[in-house]
Amino acid sequence: MNKNSYDLSKWIIGKGPESDIVISSRIRIARNIEKIPFPHQSESKDLEKVINEVNNILAANNKFGLDYIDLDDLSKIDKNVLVEKHLISPPHANSNHKRGILLNKNEDISIMINEEDHLRIQILKPGLQLDKCWQIADEIDNFFEEELDFAFSKKWGYLSACPTNMGTGLRSSVMVHLPALNITNNIEKMLGAVSQFGLAVRGLYGEGSKSAGNIYQISNQITLGQTEKDIISNLTSVTMQILEQEKQARKRLLNENKDFLLDKIKRANGILKYAHIISNEEALKLLSYLKLGIDLKIINDIKSSLLSKLMVLIRPAHLQKNFEKEISSDHRNVQRAKLIKKYINNREE
Amino acid sequence: MLCQRCGEKEATIHLTKIINDEKTEIYLCEECAKETGHLDLSNNPFSIQNLLSDILKPNIDTTTLNQKELKCDNCGMNYQEFTEKGLFGCSECYDQFSEKIDKLAKRIHGSDKHRGKIPERQGGKLRTEKKIDDLKAKMQKAVDRENFEKAAELRDKIHELEDELRGGQSE
Repeated sequence: MNKNSYDLSKWIIGKGPESDIVISSRIRIARNIEKIPFPHQSESKDLEKVINEVNNILAANNKFGLDYIDLDDLSKIDKNVLVEKHLISPPHANSNHKRGILLNKNEDISIMINEEDHLRIQILKPGLQLDKCWQIADEIDNFFEEELDFAFSKKWGYLSACPTNMGTGLRSSVMVHLPALNITNNIEKMLGAVSQFGLAVRGLYGEGSKSAGNIYQISNQITLGQTEKDIISNLTSVTMQILEQEKQARKRLLNENKDFLLDKIKRANGILKYAHIISNEEALKLLSYLKLGIDLKIINDIKSSLLSKLMVLIRPAHLQKNFEKEISSDHRNVQRAKLIKKYINNREE
Repeated sequence: MLCQRCGEKEATIHLTKIINDEKTEIYLCEECAKETGHLDLSNNPFSIQNLLSDILKPNIDTTTLNQKELKCDNCGMNYQEFTEKGLFGCSECYDQFSEKIDKLAKRIHGSDKHRGKIPERQGGKLRTEKKIDDLKAKMQKAVDRENFEKAAELRDKIHELEDELRGGQSE
């Protein structure tokens, strides 16, 4: 794993199609080895067997450049850094059985070993690139399947620990930044429409429709009865629609409420530049407006990629990682303000 | 009363039929009733008896059914535990609890049939089986449309694939 938290995953700081609104795309597939009990029902020797089998495969051929990390070897902060980078789930960080993660250098491939399922293969890319993510996930799946007998039934597809994942075992999701839909109070309408397509929406930070940072995650709920291609193209086309709505809302704001919009963006810029204490939530909200300002070319001296980077760096575990120790929340709020100032004023890359 | 049909044995079956408002009463012995198909009711899965017993069953023996019969041989999880945890214990649980899973799958996914990827290596046989299923469905359609030439063609293809499957297995 990267020693320095400033070395963020390529998919977080990289650019992709439509990346001004679609922050990232993610594909995750669940796979299990036949007959070995699922992790929650396993004894240590079974869990170790899964880890050993996977590592034996990589010892013979590591064409995807994956490194195995035993989560028990990491500090609490390091585990939470992985959570904040979306590379592992919070339950995977916090559970206490034998488990690990396979990670490549770019950190766009992460495979959780012994989470809810034996293998959870996850691919992350910047922008709207679900097809590309699936293509890689499919290749990695085939690579492991050459050696492992995955639990599969002709009728029910890939067998997963939770029945909500059976079939394709596929969860595809996009992270979208929708400040204009939120400012114009259209987010509720959008959320309602999306759920009719068998998709779920949740705020990335915090529950419900009010999401700090105006960032939402949209994902498929149904995994059985549809092909992977159908699931992905359904999500892609709904995302395109939302993208269009957000673009139109931005245009409307610029045409009809320009002063109001400029005030929101410039205030955000001012506070971020001069605040001495700032909470995670306030920072996410203001960074969202600043990003909107950059996307609309109202703010021209800050790079958009800097913002994506800051949105991760200001989170609690990343802040503490810089100090190599746990620090109190009050102290974090001061350090957070300092970090943001440094990045925005010096335009540090 | 003697059986109306054979006139020899005691009539133990008393049937009242109402067809188009016309009521007829029939008295038969058990054998004649079977021969004339009047006892077929008992084999009908939708008979009231069967429906009723299905409804009553859970009340009578929920615990024995769930805890004793529905237990996974491979990992030891029983159905009761599964419903509490919401997680299967292992891949074999799917087989062991199969009678319950179709309903569950339909409720969660609106479908009980996988249409996605089939594993590359393990799936060779499965892919052929799936092809055969597809061809059979096509053949049935051809028969329904009375396109027997097409149906015969499809039947030959199915036989070919079935031979291939058998050949593959004996290797």
